[in-house]
Amino acid sequence: MVKIGPDGSKDITTPLSDADVESLKSGDRVRITGVLYTARDAAHGRLMPLIERGEKLPIDVRGQIIYYTGPSPARPGEIVGSIGPTTASRMDKYTPALLKLGLKGTIGKGYRGQAVKDALRQYKGVYFGAIGGAGAVLSRFVKKLEIVAYEDLATEAIRRLEVEAFPAIVVNDCHGNDLYQEGMKAYAR
Amino acid sequence: MREIHVSAITDAVKKLCIDANLDLEPDMLRAFDRALATERSPAGKQVLQILKDNAQMARTKLIPYCQDTGFVVCFVELGQDVHVTGGLLADAINTGVSQGYKEGYLRASIVRSPFDRVNTGDNTPAVIHMDVVPGATLKLMVMAKGGGCENRSKYKMLTPADGPEGVKDWILECIKTAGPDACPPLIAGVGVGGTFEKAAILSKKALFREIGSPNPDPAVDAIEKEVLDRANRLGIGPQGYGGDTTAFAIHILTYPCHITSLPVAVTIECHAHRHKEATL
Repeated sequence: MVKIGPDGSKDITTPLSDADVESLKSGDRVRITGVLYTARDAAHGRLMPLIERGEKLPIDVRGQIIYYTGPSPARPGEIVGSIGPTTASRMDKYTPALLKLGLKGTIGKGYRGQAVKDALRQYKGVYFGAIGGAGAVLSRFVKKLEIVAYEDLATEAIRRLEVEAFPAIVVNDCHGNDLYQEGMKAYAR
Repeated sequence: MREIHVSAITDAVKKLCIDANLDLEPDMLRAFDRALATERSPAGKQVLQILKDNAQMARTKLIPYCQDTGFVVCFVELGQDVHVTGGLLADAINTGVSQGYKEGYLRASIVRSPFDRVNTGDNTPAVIHMDVVPGATLKLMVMAKGGGCENRSKYKMLTPADGPEGVKDWILECIKTAGPDACPPLIAGVGVGGTFEKAAILSKKALFREIGSPNPDPAVDAIEKEVLDRANRLGIGPQGYGGDTTAFAIHILTYPCHITSLPVAVTIECHAHRHKEATL
């Protein structure tokens, strides 16, 4: 669900529908509330063979958002340590297959390849940017965390996060727009 | 001959690792303030403000500034009148890394082999560069080097005919291709001269200089300033959302080189520029 807040930011509640995704445009500031699944290089490496063999994944990705991150360990009494985004392009190889299965969003930082941008259009998906290197600040938006798969991968395990008003920005929307290109064009001198 | 026991080295490295990840150096905080004063992009300004808040939160709540708490790169300047006792210097450094990362709740990000990719669990080993220098002190320079920006570091063997203009263009090209992937505002550590590996090591060491300080060589300083100005006209901006602050600094170290060569290595460093030093 997507609602426009009083400050112009969009409040997103997971899971996302095609219509939710279509309402998001590059440059939109969003606050995400609900569930995010964490997965990065090693977890994607294990999901891919399952997808190729048509087997069930440890998480149902339909309507969900994957956050590319490997958090630092939580101190005693804390929910999580530092938890900012990692570079998204390393997951480009896997993203179209997940979008085809119904994944609606990914959160990371940095450029996506053309195949991912095409898949965002084809399967109605959105790529959000979170502020890379702001892991301490971002940890405050995580209200619950549990490991749901691949615990042996430690920081790279798949975690189910419950977040409240997690701040992000739409980088690539399902209409073919790209914040990075637009931003650079606007400020190049 | 002055004796330094390995336990003192381990303790120092442990503290440097923890402090680097929680307590950004004041020169970086000043760089955020300078950029906030000049940045035109509202999204860029917001990013810079959040990064300042992030530094504050890391320091006060003891949550690492970035979840990628880095590969420990340790430059050692060992006075030749020092005798390290009680064990091996490299072991002492790695034990300090292990203790620091476990006790500091820092992320273990190192795999034992680039092929089987099994995590070592305590962020060891460090990458250690040792120099023997005059004197009877042991200097430890520790950097927690982020992987995202390191992945955008590059090397090019230019020709003498490419000259300073070629060097400038190549640094700029590295910053441009790193773009939003490497968490701008960036710092470029540049090693020019020497051989293939010498230039690369210099490019890392160059990052230890204070941000905003001039290069002691006026000719090289002019190159740094020109490249920085051009980098900040690219429009990439904080996090790549568009803006004027793409880089905080260009730091160049040089070394004599062969008549055939002009090696240039560029280490890309993100705004999470975490480093600390201690002298024993």
